[in-house]
Amino acid sequence: MTAILEVFNLTKSFRSLRAVDDVSFAIPKGSCCGLLGPNGAGKTTTIEIIENIKQATSGKILYKGKLRDSQFSSETGIQFQTTALMDYLKTREVLKLFSKLYRHTQSIDDLIEICQLEEFLETYATKLSGGQRQRLLLAIALVNDPEILFLDEPTTGLDPQARRNFWTLIRNIKKRGKTVLLTTHYMEEAELLCDQLVIMDQGKVIADGSPSALLKKNFNHSYVCLDREDFNNAHDSSHINCISSPIEIREDCIAIPTNDVEKTLSELISKNITLQSLQVRKPSLDDLFLKLTGHHLRE
Amino acid sequence: MKQIFALWMARNREYYRDKGSLFWSFIATPLIVIILALAFSSESQKIFHAGVLSIAPTAVDASKLIPTISSGIFSNEPTIEVIAYTDFENAISKVRLHELDIFVDPGEARRYWVNPESEKGLLLEKLMLADKSQSANLQILWQRQEIKGQKIRYIDWVIPGILAMNIMFSGLWGIGYVIVRYRKNGVLKRLQATPLSAWKFLVSQALSRLFIMLAVTTIVFISCDLFIDFMMIGSYLLLLIIAITGNLAIISMSLLMAARTSSEDLANGMLNLISFPMLLLSELWFSLDGAPQWLQEFSQILPLTHLVKASRSVMLEGANFYDIAPQLAILGLMTVIFITLAGVLFRWDQD
Repeated sequence: MTAILEVFNLTKSFRSLRAVDDVSFAIPKGSCCGLLGPNGAGKTTTIEIIENIKQATSGKILYKGKLRDSQFSSETGIQFQTTALMDYLKTREVLKLFSKLYRHTQSIDDLIEICQLEEFLETYATKLSGGQRQRLLLAIALVNDPEILFLDEPTTGLDPQARRNFWTLIRNIKKRGKTVLLTTHYMEEAELLCDQLVIMDQGKVIADGSPSALLKKNFNHSYVCLDREDFNNAHDSSHINCISSPIEIREDCIAIPTNDVEKTLSELISKNITLQSLQVRKPSLDDLFLKLTGHHLRE
Repeated sequence: MKQIFALWMARNREYYRDKGSLFWSFIATPLIVIILALAFSSESQKIFHAGVLSIAPTAVDASKLIPTISSGIFSNEPTIEVIAYTDFENAISKVRLHELDIFVDPGEARRYWVNPESEKGLLLEKLMLADKSQSANLQILWQRQEIKGQKIRYIDWVIPGILAMNIMFSGLWGIGYVIVRYRKNGVLKRLQATPLSAWKFLVSQALSRLFIMLAVTTIVFISCDLFIDFMMIGSYLLLLIIAITGNLAIISMSLLMAARTSSEDLANGMLNLISFPMLLLSELWFSLDGAPQWLQEFSQILPLTHLVKASRSVMLEGANFYDIAPQLAILGLMTVIFITLAGVLFRWDQD
């Protein structure tokens, strides 16, 4: 598939700090790419350089195979991590204002429908709830019917229900063939929405590929997980060493990577370990991140 | 053009929906005018102003230039302020408008000018001529010249200054401070992500503020005139041209101040630094005729000085276009310089 956006050796330094360090990746047209990483990984700096909001220290960015020009800002939609809107403007007026700033736009009525803005069209933008506000900001990002959409942590700060609603909107936008570049530190969000992941830590790309390919490449086992209390309550304190698989003691659970789930379960039962909190699951992106960096995504 | 109009409209909406702005524009300014009118309606000021034609280009210690007079009433009387004038026409004009009580040319001709409709002028004339330190035949040497003109109350004189002050505060805070806030809270960053150019954004903000201020100034002007019936003997069209030109100069100055900073505290400090010298040195409240020469020269670099001078000339003296052309040219030049620098230095983001 042709790449709509290509990033080559992008670097951004703030005095002695290298916030973005030799980052390279490409996004195929029509796909959803997730920049995944913890806070401070360099995701926002990277996406803002691509958006042309910040200037790179070095590196090259190609849009449709060419260096970005005035066409780029006309064909991109951007939702920043934090954005204030002008005071005393109502939702509909904000949409009209931004639609006047572009030559090519999609109809305001379509935007209202796509982003579910009907119920607060006559409300001042500064009075909207978190979820309503994010939907309005998404509508602003879509006002020019963009080819590529940049979303910088669009669901941070939203409650779980508002977050799920927002994911539905993004999926609908994907169905319309738009390319999306999304930054997030929510593993679930990345797994649900992204066709491709660029995982960043400390300004560097540490892995790049589809979620399934990345997991397949790094794991060939499942996880048997138990609450830590279940282990602590076991009568035999030497049980940990008696399990054939190496175990991982995590903050919230004990994770046992295994290729033979039945055998591991038998061993646990034989050691009188309670299985009430038992979970058998495939490796997640958080597991991947932990494996690659030694720390969790949300740390 | 579509982009500029959209932003112009959005900014206007922000303005008229903000109750605080409306109060300040429509209530506070007329209130100042009314308070001043009441405060000065009793003519409680007792200071005489005597002008003396001076060849030397300095206003320092003018009384020493005319020992005949200074040795008498003018130097010993604490209620008389002696001001040296090198510009003859300017001084005569001030006698006509009752801004100067008497004007004396101590040269060979020994003339003095007085307005027969000015009580203070006639009193000062009597004091001068009755001075016991002067000999009887010396009095005969003085040639009396009469200059007639309608009396200007202090409120008439100060009204152009108050309107200009309103333009200044509204222009500086209404645009500069707003842009700094936009930059700080990310509104500018959001606009940067669109195809909008910095120039179009700046022009839209300037036009919006110009439109608002012309509307506000017109309403304030009419309402104050109804209440006070102040003097306006010149052309309304010229006054409008002055208001537009002056507004643009102040707005451009504000845009330049707001070109980069994202700190509201710093912006506030900078705006105070700009506005206070203008407030004190642009002859809003008092004339700088008696002030040191360097202060008078400094006041010439302030746009408000030229705005006030031109509007006062039109309102009180009925000046024509050619009379105020120098002020218009200076304000126009300032606008071009300030807005060019603002456009070049402008930054959307705070980094």
